[in-house]
Amino acid sequence: MSLWVIGRRILFLLMVIWAAATITFFIPRLSSRNPIRERFATLARTGGFSPGDLETIVASYNQKFGLDKPLWQQYVDYMSSLARFDLGVSLNLFPKTVVELIVEALPWSIGLLIVTTILSFIIGNILGALAAWPQAPNWLRTISTSFVLLQGVPPVLLGVLLIFFIAFRANLLPISGSYSIGSVPEWSFAFAIDVLRHQILPALALIFGTVGGWVLSMRGMGITIQGEDYVLFAEHKGLSSRTIFRDYYLRNALLPQVTGFALALGNVVTSAIIVEQIFGLPGLGNVLAQAIRVNDFLVIYGIVLFITIAIATLMVLVELLYPLLDPRIRLDQ
Amino acid sequence: MANISLPQPQAQAPVFSQPGRLTLLFRYLRRNMSLTIGLLIMLFLIVFTIVGMLTIESENAYALAVSSKQPPSAEFPLGTDFFGRDMLAVMVYGTWQTALIGIIAGGAGTLVGVLLGFISAYFGGIIDAAIKGISQILMPIPVFLIQIVIAGSLDKRDVTIYTMAFIVLILAWMGPTLVMRSQVLSMKERPYVAVAKLSGVGDIGIIFTEILPNLLPFIVAQFVTQVFAAVFASFYLAIVGLGPLREPLLGNIIWAAMGQGAFFNGWWWWPVFPAVGLALILGSLALINMGLDELSNPRVRRSE
Repeated sequence: MSLWVIGRRILFLLMVIWAAATITFFIPRLSSRNPIRERFATLARTGGFSPGDLETIVASYNQKFGLDKPLWQQYVDYMSSLARFDLGVSLNLFPKTVVELIVEALPWSIGLLIVTTILSFIIGNILGALAAWPQAPNWLRTISTSFVLLQGVPPVLLGVLLIFFIAFRANLLPISGSYSIGSVPEWSFAFAIDVLRHQILPALALIFGTVGGWVLSMRGMGITIQGEDYVLFAEHKGLSSRTIFRDYYLRNALLPQVTGFALALGNVVTSAIIVEQIFGLPGLGNVLAQAIRVNDFLVIYGIVLFITIAIATLMVLVELLYPLLDPRIRLDQ
Repeated sequence: MANISLPQPQAQAPVFSQPGRLTLLFRYLRRNMSLTIGLLIMLFLIVFTIVGMLTIESENAYALAVSSKQPPSAEFPLGTDFFGRDMLAVMVYGTWQTALIGIIAGGAGTLVGVLLGFISAYFGGIIDAAIKGISQILMPIPVFLIQIVIAGSLDKRDVTIYTMAFIVLILAWMGPTLVMRSQVLSMKERPYVAVAKLSGVGDIGIIFTEILPNLLPFIVAQFVTQVFAAVFASFYLAIVGLGPLREPLLGNIIWAAMGQGAFFNGWWWWPVFPAVGLALILGSLALINMGLDELSNPRVRRSE
């Protein structure tokens, strides 16, 4: 029975991936823009070769990328190469494939994402629970509740303001980049510290930009749970308020937050990508921004597809793991 | 028989006067702080934009209007940027354009969502399954990434405020559709709808006289959510350089400023003021949204 449910979830995942791939296939082909012609027209203008050769080159490239075939065949080719994780090659950095570019940039993005997402989730949920908890001291509740004000302000804007106040005005941390100009990447302690110092501001921007949402939803959950019988029962048993907070209150309020986590993944990842770009960090965001600047279309679509698939997969995984956290919920219901 | 004296009427029954509507409104606003703060910020932004548009020429918000790279001074209170735009004018017209995208895309998204949600929930069957299925499959795809693909396929010269709003709109209807669908589904089963049906009111009559008026709070809340989402989405598109490049859209300005290394060159006023403006717009929308949630959904109402 539960195998059937897992199968249905995976089918849903495949449908999402198929929809995303179909959208990224058809939209560019509906537009009148021809990236290959644009690219070589720019080259011709800057004096790479005589404009007369342009048509020949464009035709040969169209053939190379299979753009002269009928649309349905292009679609089949595209889907089958996608199934082999072949996302094509970069036009800008030619011999490099899109997959190579993604693999190079991925560790930076994942490092930043995992650290900030986990910290923001933990901090936000504790603050949210405290904001709704009657026994918490008043000042603590006020401070926790005020974090709700951050909800709605995108991390990128906080990034710009953090750069202004901390890096530009106070001169405490570097403005952007992944390591100081002039230092050579090497496996040394000083260099590691330098890299970490460059990651602090982007991480803070991401944490502050996402924590408000967790505080808000956790506060709502907390208010709902206060009236529950098991919390009253625990109080009447005379358990210490610390135990009640941790075992009766926080744990139960946390469950729906896990579902919220799966839903928020898309936003978190896109925010991280844009923060990376503003801070000039080497990551998927920077590769994407670079590709947009020079209209390197296969790289744009490759990264978009990759991130979509990653997010959809994570969402389904969280959903499938949920019954482990909450024994009351069984997958076959 | 003894004289029975009737008990003297009590001095006067205390008069309970219902406070006026305005008083009640103020009392509610004092309790619902997030709604109040959000509305106040919004009011400030509206006054700022209207006064600004009446007093400042719109040309000053475009390139080569004034001398470039001036720090904030008496002549240019917010400075001027690298391309010779007066930042005060940019803030006024940029705020207006940002709001315009939000209202067009958010409004249209809500409208489409309400229509589809209604059709889906009220008629059910295959239509319902199709609308629900498509919405659910599209939901997990990060909207921003698909918007990048759409915006990237357009010719850069063709991108205007309106195409921007349209790009945002294309993927802004699924959320409202699913919310409206579930609301209509639960409302359809309420006793007053059954009463209306039994007394012979037709489908159209029930929709317009029974269901729609009760849905209004949800529609308003969805509208605010969608305006917020549209401003957010258009900002993200602009900040990766896919906005209408010539317009003083606030996101565009930040993109240009960061691209020119504004902080390295010391032109801090260039990115900082648009960032503050956008934070105010998005923050106030989020607060209003939160306040409306408290108003329409008693479950999250503060227990005070």
